[in-house]
Amino acid sequence: MPAIDVQNLTKFYGPARGIIDISFSVEQGEIMGFLGPNGSGKTTTMRMLTCFFPPTSGTARICGYDIHEDPIEVRRRIGYLPESVPLYRDMPVFSYLHFFAEVKGISRSKRKVKVDEAMERCGLTDVSHRLIGKLSKGFRQRVGIAQALLNDPEILILDEPTVGLDPKQIIDIRSLIKELGKTQTVILSTHILPEVSMTCDRVIIIHEGRLVAVDTPANLMKRLQQTPQVVIRAEGPQGEMQRALEKVEGVVSVELRMRHSGADCFQVAMQEDAPAVNGLARAICDGGWRLHEIRPADMSLEEIFIQLVTEEQGVTGA
Amino acid sequence: MNFLTVMKRELKSYFTSLIAYVIIAIFLVIAGYFFYTNLVMFVMFVGTDVKLGLWQHTFYDMRFVTLSLLPLLTMRLFAEEKKLGTIELLYTSPIRDMEIIMGKYLACLVVYVLMLLLTLLYPVLLEVVFSVEMGPVIAGYTGLFLLGAACIACGIFLSSLTENQIVAAISTIGVLLFMWLIDWNEGIAGERSVIILHQLSLSEHFFNFIKGVIDIDDIVYYLSFIFLFLYLTRCSLESRKWRGEK
Repeated sequence: MPAIDVQNLTKFYGPARGIIDISFSVEQGEIMGFLGPNGSGKTTTMRMLTCFFPPTSGTARICGYDIHEDPIEVRRRIGYLPESVPLYRDMPVFSYLHFFAEVKGISRSKRKVKVDEAMERCGLTDVSHRLIGKLSKGFRQRVGIAQALLNDPEILILDEPTVGLDPKQIIDIRSLIKELGKTQTVILSTHILPEVSMTCDRVIIIHEGRLVAVDTPANLMKRLQQTPQVVIRAEGPQGEMQRALEKVEGVVSVELRMRHSGADCFQVAMQEDAPAVNGLARAICDGGWRLHEIRPADMSLEEIFIQLVTEEQGVTGA
Repeated sequence: MNFLTVMKRELKSYFTSLIAYVIIAIFLVIAGYFFYTNLVMFVMFVGTDVKLGLWQHTFYDMRFVTLSLLPLLTMRLFAEEKKLGTIELLYTSPIRDMEIIMGKYLACLVVYVLMLLLTLLYPVLLEVVFSVEMGPVIAGYTGLFLLGAACIACGIFLSSLTENQIVAAISTIGVLLFMWLIDWNEGIAGERSVIILHQLSLSEHFFNFIKGVIDIDDIVYYLSFIFLFLYLTRCSLESRKWRGEK
């Protein structure tokens, strides 16, 4: 049984898009990264997994519990750090953690041990009696994570855990997350590409509310470096057209994608240094067939990556 | 028993942030002033008939302090958590919405009861020099308690609608004042509507208590008022599940 099993999750905020038809699963002990530009639907997805609000349609099972039917059981099994790292600033670290230990239903006898444990794992023991409002941003982030760890959750959900930290703090938090990933299933969201390759086993890329890809960081990089692809839609005898395209200079492979409105759609992989696509167009025209469309293949994945890569600034050394 | 956890945290927060001390202090100063001036007035002008009239006036004055101070106590309950974002942690903890509401409601009620208990000093002091009839005092305190409990329910609801504490406080004062004054211009209302207005009015139901009468009608009115607003609060929290905003 996967730790998290998401099926066709869709959320609309009134008419506005949240996420559309997202499905994936996370195995036990995996660190899964949610990657996507700001506003792509990462937080929305996490809020549904934590039963903050229900999806418009679709469902998810967390450790076998359905988010619609057993929200309380689901919440018992997760630790959640929201993006804004909400904290009661007028409380000392220790009391804050104690309060959430109690809310999470940890029995009185175990509470102190659990709080001490969480503080130690997050390096908070020295500041346990300081007011949260007086702590630096990095320490506050740790308090947030410690709060998420209190009930030894089977699943940790961290929404942008490194945002707004300085490079040194980022390194600290990343190594903490890696450490946690040894014992727990972790979902973390980020809009920073290198963060994913550094900490995650697998990555989900979300863009404009839709799932674009699920794969390991290594495979994604491979896909990213793939040869350029061109889509051609043309009307004519299918086999002949395909053979003609294959003969064009610089073409690696031609794949029939689908038929629609009378025309066949081919996806053509080109060599990196291939000449312009004129050859492809000429091959169709010379055959006397009708060319409907010629365009670069769906670039969304690459585009997103470019967007993500350019957003990472100043922490590349991390 | 999760509501107890929430209640304890709220109480701690009231007393570490000094809000509770300030409000209790103001309440006691004003209530004490009313008690003293009323007592002096009755001794000077009314003579020995202290028993009933004195308490009527004192409780009548004290409800004004209740109406205007309690919204300042309730305004932070949800508005602050929404502003800080901590409400998201509560929503995603294994705790039900109703437990959050009850925890906060009871915490506020505890502070209010503490305020009332401290004013018990006045009848006790009076008892030393003059025999006090306890009936009207008990009825008056019951009325004040129910009135305050109703104010808190109304305040917690309006606090759940906004993340701005000032807005929460002002709108609570507005609603409470309106409910208090709703039957003041009864002269223009028809015979039937006067009955309805009286039934709706916070003040009409309060007067019986300060006259020394504990009537089941009035108790039911205040309890319904409380249940209505707590229910509305629950609806307000649940609205996150279907509302269009993020």
